[in-house]
Amino acid sequence: MTPERKFGDVILSVEHITLTFGGVLALEDVSFDIRESEIRAIIGPNGAGKSSMLNVINGFYHPQEGQIMYRGATRSKMKPHYAASHGIARTFQNIALFKGMSTLDNIMTGRNTKMKRGLFWQAIRIGPAMTEEIKHRDYVEHIIDFLEIQAIRKTPVGRLPYGMQKRVELGRALAAEPDLLLLDEPMAGMNVEEKEDMCRFILDVNEQFGTTIALIEHDMGVVMDISDRVVVLDYGKKIADGTPDEVRANQDVIDAYLGISQEEVGAVN
Amino acid sequence: MGSELLFFSETVISGLMAGVMYSLVALGFVLIFKASGIFNFAQGVMCLFAALALYDFLSADGWASQLLGFTIPLWLAIVLTIAVMIVLAWLIERLVLQYLVKQDPIILFMATIGLAYVLEGVGDILFGSDVKPLDIGIPQGASDWALDTMGLYVEKLEVVAAVTAALLVAVLAVFFQRTRIGRALRAVADDHQAALSVGISLRAIWVIVWSVAGIVALVAGIMWGTKSGVQFSLSLIALKALPVLILGGFTSVPGAIVGGLIIGVGEKVAEVYAGPLVGGAIENWFAYMLALAFLLFRPQGLFGERIIERV
Amino acid sequence: MIYRENGQFKTSYQADQAIFPIAQDRWFVYASIAAAFLVVPFVIDDYWANAVFLPFLAYAMAAIGLNLLTGYCGQVSLGTGGFMAVGAYSTFKLVTLFPELNFIVVVLLSGAITAVVGVLFGIPSLRIKGFYLAVATLAAQFFLVWLFNKVGWFFNYNATGQITMPPLEVFGVLVTGPRATPAASYLFCLSFVAVSALAAKNIVRGRIGRSWMAIRDMDIAAELIGIRPLEAKLSAFAVSSFYVGMAGSLYFAVWLGSAEPIEAFGIDQSFLVLFMIIIGGLGSILGSFLGAAFMVLMPIFLKNFMVDGLGVEVVTAKHVEIMLMGVLIVFFLIVEPHGFARLWQIGKEKLRLWPFPH
Repeated sequence: MTPERKFGDVILSVEHITLTFGGVLALEDVSFDIRESEIRAIIGPNGAGKSSMLNVINGFYHPQEGQIMYRGATRSKMKPHYAASHGIARTFQNIALFKGMSTLDNIMTGRNTKMKRGLFWQAIRIGPAMTEEIKHRDYVEHIIDFLEIQAIRKTPVGRLPYGMQKRVELGRALAAEPDLLLLDEPMAGMNVEEKEDMCRFILDVNEQFGTTIALIEHDMGVVMDISDRVVVLDYGKKIADGTPDEVRANQDVIDAYLGISQEEVGAVN
Repeated sequence: MGSELLFFSETVISGLMAGVMYSLVALGFVLIFKASGIFNFAQGVMCLFAALALYDFLSADGWASQLLGFTIPLWLAIVLTIAVMIVLAWLIERLVLQYLVKQDPIILFMATIGLAYVLEGVGDILFGSDVKPLDIGIPQGASDWALDTMGLYVEKLEVVAAVTAALLVAVLAVFFQRTRIGRALRAVADDHQAALSVGISLRAIWVIVWSVAGIVALVAGIMWGTKSGVQFSLSLIALKALPVLILGGFTSVPGAIVGGLIIGVGEKVAEVYAGPLVGGAIENWFAYMLALAFLLFRPQGLFGERIIERV
Repeated sequence: MIYRENGQFKTSYQADQAIFPIAQDRWFVYASIAAAFLVVPFVIDDYWANAVFLPFLAYAMAAIGLNLLTGYCGQVSLGTGGFMAVGAYSTFKLVTLFPELNFIVVVLLSGAITAVVGVLFGIPSLRIKGFYLAVATLAAQFFLVWLFNKVGWFFNYNATGQITMPPLEVFGVLVTGPRATPAASYLFCLSFVAVSALAAKNIVRGRIGRSWMAIRDMDIAAELIGIRPLEAKLSAFAVSSFYVGMAGSLYFAVWLGSAEPIEAFGIDQSFLVLFMIIIGGLGSILGSFLGAAFMVLMPIFLKNFMVDGLGVEVVTAKHVEIMLMGVLIVFFLIVEPHGFARLWQIGKEKLRLWPFPH
């Protein structure tokens, strides 16, 4: 149970988002908001549209209808580069690390939007480019310390075990110093210890840096424990929105997860 | 007909015929790509190799004749060449493909470039690199009938090629849609893992596909070889087939035909009408520029499938 | 045991990010560079320069260029021959139109012109990938070769269609033309290649190199974390073409002396350089050198072995060479896609323990 915490204003809100592609209706008239410094969980059965929702926030998918309000600015679709350079970072359901690079280099790519030196200085390297590289390396090393992955700094990420890769991906997202962190099933495929570690990191990030977190997760225990508010999606529609306790007791949510048909509900009642 | 229109019609027909020749080669590409997702750069060289083998079997001082002491008849030579192409397909699968299953498509593509060089080198060593005129009895020369009735100059060989191509397409279409093996091929093209999980032997499928492609290559090789002799430049046709596939879509058999026709006509018309303005030889690059334009506006080609990327 | 990094600690990020963090590597490289600059010029002769060193240096430059584009950024290009032609013809036009220009500037300008052309033909890469992009680069290849063949202005309306390099001096020493000494030509090319290789290594170690590799490994994810595909891909085309253009310039001006478009810059050249980076190692500057060395030396060894040794005809040796190239490509792609560079690394790893077994 998380004690009541003070949250800021709404940092992001999606309004009446409808998304189709290839004939599939992925999201239908979905609206919810996320408040600053909170941990917002997005849950729902498989295929509910959760990842699609994150992709819309990120700018990878452009919704056919609806609007996205971020930090006061409303737009009908997000551009990935804008999102990335204005404080939105994310991890992916199927790890999207750069397999040909080391852990360190992968996390350094997260700093890309903050590094400015052009081709000429890069080619010479001695001078402004080196100074910039070291400055950002320093920040990345702090993240490496935070995530306790010093030992695998130079290892090509393709060789790392699954749980480690997930952690490196979190590091890459953190490197961008995000205000809003989108996590897509960060604990999928992990054992209990790894999950506890990941939970700890997420909570630390939220508490120490005040980072707002939007989290897709299937493990109900985790969701109920660490999130402040929950949105529930089913077949592309929002069916519940509230605190973990409220959502847990919601009949629609129970039906969605357990798949009770209308007749049975009538019979039970 | 007015002489301007006549000339234009001849240009177009000539282009269509050339296009059919390209289509024959592109057909082999489509087969392999459909079934294994591999773009076989070596297809053109396979045409050359098949034609070389056939020529050798037919000639009095080739390997077969020297071994047996007499020159074998045409039908036997063709059967033997088909056998050679099947053995080749088996070898390619055994020595190359099975090790590259999990790799990026681009690695596979580069491997087929390597294959092309190997086949070319082996072909040259075994059969010699001089130009060989191939004559297996296909009618050649201008069609008198067309000349008399419509005043059009039409090459008989190219008509035969067109008919052959149409037959091939029909046979392949039936093969893919109606037979069990055809279904298995389509399954493999869609998803290797899934096909494996229902018990389809990937390796067997690949040998079959590359053999069929080899036979298609033989047909194409015969046509091209009769037209301009069996020589190295045949393998460069492979490069021309790329624009054909881009126009038609990499996975579509009718697309290969249509793409070939469009490229053929386009090239001829451009060369005849625009060529003199810039010194000629536009044919060298026209097809690629056309393909480039297509890539920018309709990357899946006329008949191909749209690719949707997911994260 | 000889090759140990035990005891070599780094106390600054700068030291940690050095090109050769291990001392043994550093010494080896310094020794090689010293030998290349101080020893070779005194022993080189015409044969070695023309058969080995000059083509090696020119192709190494081209291989670095193509590796930046294809190995580091994942954009396949079959247009290397055409872009080398742009570099060569730029050089030719520049020296004939502006004879007073310093030759070093000419080479750099040729690279710059090629970079512009490269960016133009690279624009399609924003919409198409993989071997579709390869086809687009084929368009560049055939079009450029046709252009230099047909349009008289490029070869100054010479009746033979050939371009020939006039003798030029750099700091008072002849480096082009038939009277240039092998040592002078060699040192000129070597200096260019050495500086260019260092610059390339610096670029790939930094932000831009990382963005290229990100695009190569997973371009969608790269875009979503804020790397602009436009910037990354076009910069890759630009830098790569710059190098390939300079390579074409050195190739024509210093090595060949005269050239014709189809023979010198045809599709076979594009494949040759591609083979160099596959065999040498995709995504490795060292690999570019190794691949270039291998592909330059292999035909020579083959010819010596087969023609002089076994008495095989020259034509057959050529066919064997073609076949062997193909076999090697397939072999490397199956066994070690990262080429000689990776084998070199593995060798060094083994050296850590040698002569101990474990």
